[in-house]
Amino acid sequence: MFARGNQRWIVTAIPYAWMLVFFLVPFLIVLKISFSSTEIAQPPYSPTFDLINDVWVDTLEKLQALQFDNYKRLFTDSIYVESYLSSLWIAGTSTLMMLFLAYPIAYGMARAPKSIRPTLVMMVILPFWTSFLIRIYAWISILSEEGLLNSLLVSLGIIDEPMQILSTNTAVYIGILYSYLPFMVLPLYSALEKMDDSLIEAAKDLGCTQFQAFWRVTFPLSIPGVIAGCFLVFIPAVGEFVIPDLLGGSETLMIGKTMWEEFFNNRDWPAASAVAVALLIVLMIPIVIFQSNEARQQEMR
Amino acid sequence: MKRLSAFNVVSLTLGFSFLYLPIVLLILYSFNAGRSVAVWGGWSTKWYGSVFENDQLLDAAWVTLQVGVLSASVATVLGTLAALALARYGRFRGRTLFSAMVYAPLVMPEVITGLSLLLLFVAVNLDRGFWTIVLSHITFTMCFVAVVVQSRLASFDRSVEEAAMDLGCTPFVTFFRITLPIILPAVISGWMLAFTLSLDDLVIASFTTGPGATTLPMKIYSDVRLGVKPEINAVCSLMVGVVTIAVVIASIMTKRQEVERERAERAALAGR
Repeated sequence: MFARGNQRWIVTAIPYAWMLVFFLVPFLIVLKISFSSTEIAQPPYSPTFDLINDVWVDTLEKLQALQFDNYKRLFTDSIYVESYLSSLWIAGTSTLMMLFLAYPIAYGMARAPKSIRPTLVMMVILPFWTSFLIRIYAWISILSEEGLLNSLLVSLGIIDEPMQILSTNTAVYIGILYSYLPFMVLPLYSALEKMDDSLIEAAKDLGCTQFQAFWRVTFPLSIPGVIAGCFLVFIPAVGEFVIPDLLGGSETLMIGKTMWEEFFNNRDWPAASAVAVALLIVLMIPIVIFQSNEARQQEMR
Repeated sequence: MKRLSAFNVVSLTLGFSFLYLPIVLLILYSFNAGRSVAVWGGWSTKWYGSVFENDQLLDAAWVTLQVGVLSASVATVLGTLAALALARYGRFRGRTLFSAMVYAPLVMPEVITGLSLLLLFVAVNLDRGFWTIVLSHITFTMCFVAVVVQSRLASFDRSVEEAAMDLGCTPFVTFFRITLPIILPAVISGWMLAFTLSLDDLVIASFTTGPGATTLPMKIYSDVRLGVKPEINAVCSLMVGVVTIAVVIASIMTKRQEVERERAERAALAGR
């Protein structure tokens, strides 16, 4: 049998090695290829430097030969800059809209009788278990021109003719709101649920109106949940591919979609890698803020 | 006893209708006799019949299922080991890097994970196909398993383990007779999570697949691009059905296990 120290070593080493090989190394390869130039070959790139063999030989010379072209293109080709900005904009606005949509739901859940709260939480999580693709697919037939939403609006007399919703940014917003709703509701709920009701009663006794009590007591106490929810929605939404691809149209520019097209349609692997590296750098800031926020919450508990 | 105000009732009703209406409509229109997914043409189950005659779909479903079971099982083992290392071994050299690598894939955009794994497979000249999808799915789902199991390990009374070791169990035996039974619900839900994430994945599988291995999401995606039809609704409804049944069974099982454990604890206390 293993000695205690040995066992610890093995338990740590197996997942550690796996993550090094399948997470860190692949990422270094992306970094390397993003500095290579495009070639029409299989694989369609020519390495600028070979990490293992050449690195000792003439590092300096090789560094000078690094191809920054792919990164220069990120700034000069307007499609990249616009995709980044529009991804950030779409993710940011939908996060804000999500807050307004999810807050009343989470609030209602936290106010509900204790006995039905677990069921409500379960009901929020359950759609999350069904396929993401299926949930997006469901919206295609609702939003299309002869779809259910348009026929409902026409039959109610709100609009005269079916309007185009599918293949616009509106559809992308709806898709993001729908798919990421649980990510916002659950952190808000867990922040609101912990709250002591007597605080609100105290505020009201001291003369606050219902709204003032909410705005000055409830909301500030739920801010950790608000922050966690916003990041949980914003970070994945920036890099989203399926939603802009299936619900958006040609006007929809999002960086995940641009990268996918660069890779699969243009077969430009170095450019796709450079887009990936830049996307990660953009996301690094919110991810670090999110993690330090989480760590602070853990300490406070 | 609190009563829900009208505002709360309305927001809960609207919120849950928003969450469930699209899925209900999707299932409803899979029973549509007409070809349209928006105009109702009477009840019919013919689309389910055509699903079971569509060999491409069935093949894709079979591939997806195999990938899911294989990758979820390996990911559960690796994720549990990672959780043990993170929750139990305190500070060891390289821990910061390790925990960063375990948590990063949770927030990493799928397009980046997919691209980087593909470039790895190309660099080592691995034939892309079924096995590369399995490897990729193990990698990104094991992190979710690690998080789920770690949270169970954190709320775990370690004196039980120490008692077992004081009574002469080796660490190995202690793990299988004490630790594993206690964290089993978390391990099972970790497996379920890994399995559904694998079933669900379109982006990473598209990057890392090769000729001959098409998963169900990839097949659905390419069909959807050609146009929606009730047959896809039928496939999707079947998937929703399978996942719902699995989730319900799993939650009943964990519930029963918890009840049993509480009973055992009470019995142990009473006997003291």
